[in-house]
Amino acid sequence: MRPFRYARAADEPGAVAAVAEPGAKFLGGGTNLVDLMRLGVETPSLLVDVTRLPLDRVEPLEDGGLRIGAGVRNSDLAADPRIRDRYPALAEAVLAGASGQLRNLATTGGNLMQRTRCAYFQDVTMPCNKRAPGSGCPAVEGEHRNLAILGHSEHCVATHPSDMAVALAAFDATVRVVGSDGARDIPLVEFHRLPGDAPERDTVLRDDELIVAVDLPRLPVAARSRYRKVRERASFAFALVSVAAALEVRDGRIADVRIAFGGLAHRPWRAAVAEDVLRGAVAGSEAFVAAADAELAAARPLRDNAYKVGMAGAALVQTLEELAA
Amino acid sequence: MDGVAPELAAVSLRVNGQEHALELDTRTSLLDLLRERLGLTGAKKGCDHGQCGACTVLVDGRRANACLLLAVTLDGAGVTTIEGLAADGELHPLQTAFISHDGFQCGYCTPGQICSAVGMLAEVEAGWPSHVTGDLAGAPALDAGEIRERMSGNICRCGAYPNIVAAIEEAAAR
Repeated sequence: MRPFRYARAADEPGAVAAVAEPGAKFLGGGTNLVDLMRLGVETPSLLVDVTRLPLDRVEPLEDGGLRIGAGVRNSDLAADPRIRDRYPALAEAVLAGASGQLRNLATTGGNLMQRTRCAYFQDVTMPCNKRAPGSGCPAVEGEHRNLAILGHSEHCVATHPSDMAVALAAFDATVRVVGSDGARDIPLVEFHRLPGDAPERDTVLRDDELIVAVDLPRLPVAARSRYRKVRERASFAFALVSVAAALEVRDGRIADVRIAFGGLAHRPWRAAVAEDVLRGAVAGSEAFVAAADAELAAARPLRDNAYKVGMAGAALVQTLEELAA
Repeated sequence: MDGVAPELAAVSLRVNGQEHALELDTRTSLLDLLRERLGLTGAKKGCDHGQCGACTVLVDGRRANACLLLAVTLDGAGVTTIEGLAADGELHPLQTAFISHDGFQCGYCTPGQICSAVGMLAEVEAGWPSHVTGDLAGAPALDAGEIRERMSGNICRCGAYPNIVAAIEEAAAR
């Protein structure tokens, strides 16, 4: 690991000022960043520790929503009674990710900032457009069984590994950030980027911007929501495919619905096409299958991951059937 | 590496009740601090990437992967390792249960398994749900399925899982 200096931020302006130095990075729980530093993928010259900022609370918002501080640990978020009661798919998503030890370390802001990645990105002996722009993407023709089927480019086919962010995408969450130019709110579905021709940029966050909170709006439909994760072993594995869905049925028709997929793209995939098909439709398998087909019509599977198309559709249909039951 | 000189930083922390004021290379993980500087070799280095759990210790009462924690971030923290679990010469109930259920073969993962189980039982006590908890609204009941899910961050390459689960079940019931 390359030597680096360490600074502990005392407040938000101090954190933003400190990270302005070239080569500086914020440090949250470190579960991804420290690992990538050990692999030689990340080589910061200064770490600005933001875990002691007073951002470790989940607080009510005036509109009835919740503000999740960026420093709230994944384990505390999943255990919060308000999250479990009003946004159960978010608690389920967090609990489906990583391990008990890692959830105790990982923060809400850090979870969003973990790198969109694949095995080639993590191996510094291999080319990777995300790690070394212009060097090529071996995954396009190589090992890509677990990689993207939606929104990828010839330059990068990696997937965003977060479970938490999939539920946040479904629930219209907003990311609150502060930087040297002031504060701004970024809708979570616009926070992560598709790779295009600049896969080295995972998010729209500027280098000197700090995530301070994630806001959940008041969202009654979220009280009836589920997170379904399909993976190669029962626990402690990334998703092949995952779905966060919320459904409200009134008089047999779908009054409100929210859907996002994980494991399919460079960012959490909000399924707006499927939602449009479902809104107002008769709640049942026919509509659920039609919605899945409509959303996944855009899929462009690679040589070895076409299985994800059927798997994602089935996961969505089963989740909606459970919610409608 | 790269001919760049190490950066040093001061950190004070408490390990198994003993205060330490240290000057450390900022790259030092908590695991390397414990093993290489403080002589506490109970926590093991397995993968060094947070995937195997052999390095699990308790930081301010919560289980954590010592390999992913930079020691310099832990100023003021209290760390408990496997060496600090026994009180007044009496083994911790989980240590006793691992012995009586033969919850190991080679023993390399055992300190991490036991520290993880101590933290895990406190999480259940606090009412934290898990991925396999059926009803998120209620208090979780600890059965074998819950133990397996909650302990999935600790790998045992010998495959002693049935006895590890039995040992934790017994200690939890006390």
